[in-house]
Order: sequence, then C-alpha cells, then structure tokens
Amino acid sequence: MNRTLEVIAGSDLVERPRRSRWPARLDYLQSASGLVLALFMWAHMGFVSSILFGKNALWVVARTFEGYYFFGHRYPVIVSIAAAVVLALVIGHAALAVRKFPINYRQFRTFRGHMAMMRHGDTSLWFAQVVTGFALFFLASVHLYIIMSNPGKIGPYESSFRVWDQHLWPLYLLLLLAVEFHGGIGLYRLSVKWNWFGGSNPDEARHGLKVLKWAITVFFLAIGLATLATFIKIGITAHPIYGERYVPTWQQDALPGHGGQAAPVAGQPATTSQAGGAQ
Amino acid sequence: MNEVKHRKLKISVLRYNPQDPESVPHMQTYELEEADGMTLFIALNEIREKLDPSLQFDYVCRAGICGSCAMLVNGRPALTCRQLTKDLGDEFTLAPLPVFELIGDLSVNTGKWMRGMSERLETWVHAKEQEIDLRRIEEPMDPELAEKLYEVDRCIECGCCVAGCGTARMREDFVGAVGLNKIARFKIDPRDTRSDDDFYELVGDDDGVFGCMSLLGCHDVCPKQLPLQTQIAYVRRKMVAMAFS
Repeated sequence: MNRTLEVIAGSDLVERPRRSRWPARLDYLQSASGLVLALFMWAHMGFVSSILFGKNALWVVARTFEGYYFFGHRYPVIVSIAAAVVLALVIGHAALAVRKFPINYRQFRTFRGHMAMMRHGDTSLWFAQVVTGFALFFLASVHLYIIMSNPGKIGPYESSFRVWDQHLWPLYLLLLLAVEFHGGIGLYRLSVKWNWFGGSNPDEARHGLKVLKWAITVFFLAIGLATLATFIKIGITAHPIYGERYVPTWQQDALPGHGGQAAPVAGQPATTSQAGGAQ
Repeated sequence: MNEVKHRKLKISVLRYNPQDPESVPHMQTYELEEADGMTLFIALNEIREKLDPSLQFDYVCRAGICGSCAMLVNGRPALTCRQLTKDLGDEFTLAPLPVFELIGDLSVNTGKWMRGMSERLETWVHAKEQEIDLRRIEEPMDPELAEKLYEVDRCIECGCCVAGCGTARMREDFVGAVGLNKIARFKIDPRDTRSDDDFYELVGDDDGVFGCMSLLGCHDVCPKQLPLQTQIAYVRRKMVAMAFS
C-alpha cells in the first residue's frame, strides 16, 4: 500500500538499508544545469551582440532562429519554445542552488561576519554569487517571459523599442551585470569543484582560471554594455517609427514605396510595413 | 656592536571567559618588543610571562605537529608556532577559532569536535577481522602509493580548515575538509576494505561532501598545505558516481 511509504517517509525514515542517492544526483544536476546555462549565456551574447555589426546582422540572426533560412518561412514559436526551455532550466537550477543559500538570519549574519573577517577572495565571490543568483530569480524570469510571450518580436527595431520605448533598459542593465558575474564566478567554481583543469599543478591552474574568469567577465560586460547602448541609441533614433518592423536593406530596394513584405510568418498573411509605423 | 632596533608590536587579543557570567567578549591590547625570528607562540608566552598571567591559549609541540595552537590571526586561521611576527604588521589581532567549543580567550576544544568527526566517519583502517594475523609479514605497499597516502595523512587536525570554511560556519553538522580529506586518505589505502558504497554512507549527503560549496577557504589556510581542493574533488567525483551506478 502506498500509505506505507508515506508513513515511513513522513517519519523521516526510508524503507531500505542504504542511504538515498538523491543528494549525489542533486549535486550533479546543480553543476550540470549551471554549466548549460553559463554556456548558453556565452552563445546568447554572441547572437545579441550581432547588432554591433549592423541592423542587418541581427535581423539575419533573429530570422535564423525562427527557421526562416531552413523552411522559407518564419516560425517564431521556435524561439518561444527555446525561451520556455531556458526558463525551465533557470527554475530548475534556482531550485537546486537555493539549497545552498543562507536559510535564516543567523546563517546570513554568521557568513557575513566570516567573510568580513577572513577577507578571502573565493569566500567573498560565493556571496556575490548568492546575491546575483537571488537577483536573477526575478530579472531572468521577467526577460524570459517577455521573449516567450512576444513571438516574432526580435529584431533591430523590435528589440530596440522594447529596450527604450517599453523602458526595459534598466532591467537589462541589471540582468547583464547579474548574469556576467554569476555565470563567470559559477564556471570558475565548477572548474575547481570538479578539478577539471587541475593538471599536475592545481594551485597554478586555479590561479590561471581566476585570471581567465575575470578576463572573460570584463570581455562579456564590455560587449554587453556596447550592445545595450546600441539598442538604446536605435530606440531613441527610431522612436518616431515606434512599432515598425525592420526590413533588411536588400529587401527595402525590392519593395515599392519602401513598405512591403519582410520575411513572412508561417500561417499569417504577409504584413505590410508602412513608413510612419503603427503609432 | 650594532644595536638592532626592534619593532614595537601592538597585539590585540579577544578576551572572554565563557565560565564567568560577568565576562563580556572584548579586545585587550598588549605592547611587546619584537625579537629576531619571533613566532606568535613566543610572543604569546612573553605576554603571559611578563604582562598578563591570566591569558589563556593552547600549545604543545612548538613545531607545527600537534595542531594545538591554531587561532585567528588577523581574522584568518593559522598556527601560532609557525607564524612569524615579521610577516605581520605592527598591529594585529588574535581571536579564538570559531566553530569549536571555547574554553577561554584563545583556547578552544578542537579535540572534542575532532573526536566526534572521527567517530562519525570511522577514520581508521577497516581490515577484515579474520585476516588479522600478527605473525604474518605485512603486505608491501607500492612506494608511490605510500607517498600519496602519507601526503594526505600529514593532517594534524588543528581545525584551521573548519574555522576557515563558510559552510562549516553556517551549518554546524558539516563534516569539513578535515573529514573529507580523511575519507580520501582511507579510500586510497588498500588495507581498508571499505567500498565506495560504505563511504557514501558516511559522506553521501549535504552534511558530507555535497555540502561543500568549494569556497576553498580550507585549502588556502591549511598550515600543512594539504591539497584539500583536489582531495574534496576526488571524493565528490567518487560519491557522485554512486548516483549513477
């Protein structure tokens, strides 16, 4: 009877002689989900920063992920599904990582006191990871939900309107800072936790990893800030045509009167972009 | 002969007697002239001899072997017998190791904690009883393995790694680097017949190896420079492998 298991588990016991394997699985999954998310963030930064190479570059990247170059039509739902998967990963990782947070004021105060007294780099970095991780519960969720629920609205103008006219730039600025510090510190910690690159001299390797970690953080922060600034700039200059979709230069020439069909969305009548936009 | 000018040291010591209900933790500063090659151990003895016979602190061997004299030097765990005063500034602080039961001033009962840890993790060689035959010559051990074993067996249980661990500070049941290092030590010992399954019973939870958050305070403060980072990673890998076996 299932009730038997409930009663045993409810009494904080298990119906077998050996210890549960779940703590091992949870530890592994926390590291694995963090690794996947951190690597995704690097790739994500690569895609988003394509705006630095011009509006057309971002347009091509965005359409690629909507399957335009594979199917001949845009399927923005692909991006929504991807965002949902990432959101699920974020929630899963948060659930696993929150086990390590200081769980009450006594633990919080003890750790803060320990950190201030020790002045030990990796100990302080862990606290930065807790703070940024906590911030990401909210920042990443908002961002992912917006991307998920606005299919097809990723593009040089579309994204810029979101950043500037829809006032999301403060959220993106905080998100950028939180992600880059959290992910960078997390990857460094994963390397030392599992001794991935230890080699014959783990202390030297750790020092190298730390230097690399900071270099990568600075690199991605620089790219991220430049990207955000570019979106803000486009958002400000394109403000008068708020709501209009971006049409890549090679399609603009082919279209009469500067309006016309940009990459069609599958299953929808071709939309017409008009000068002046949908204000 | 040239008169060598010695520094005046200002040593602030955390004083507190938990036995006395009137006692409140406070800092007391002692001024002392530094001597050539002075260790903190020598400085503390001079304070007790000349300035304050009531000051409590522990020591036995004076040579970094017994692990009795660990305390917080400028907030970081260290052995006073190995800490040269010349490596410190003119002013510094001394405080007792946290986590462990405070006896008074700088003296803590690490032994009690270490005994609990040893009993919990069964830190002795588990040989098969029926095979113990004292007349038989011991199995020879590969010198390389013996080296590896002695390297991690150099732990003196001073408690620095526990006091320097953010996890151990927050969660009192955490086994600490000293315990995980011992698991690694007995795991590689061919005389110990325990399997990974048996070790998982001892450290396979969040009070054991999965509680470690890799802050590496332990590794960085260990006065014996034990390779604690790699030892914990080794135990973690072995124990995680159990989840998929």
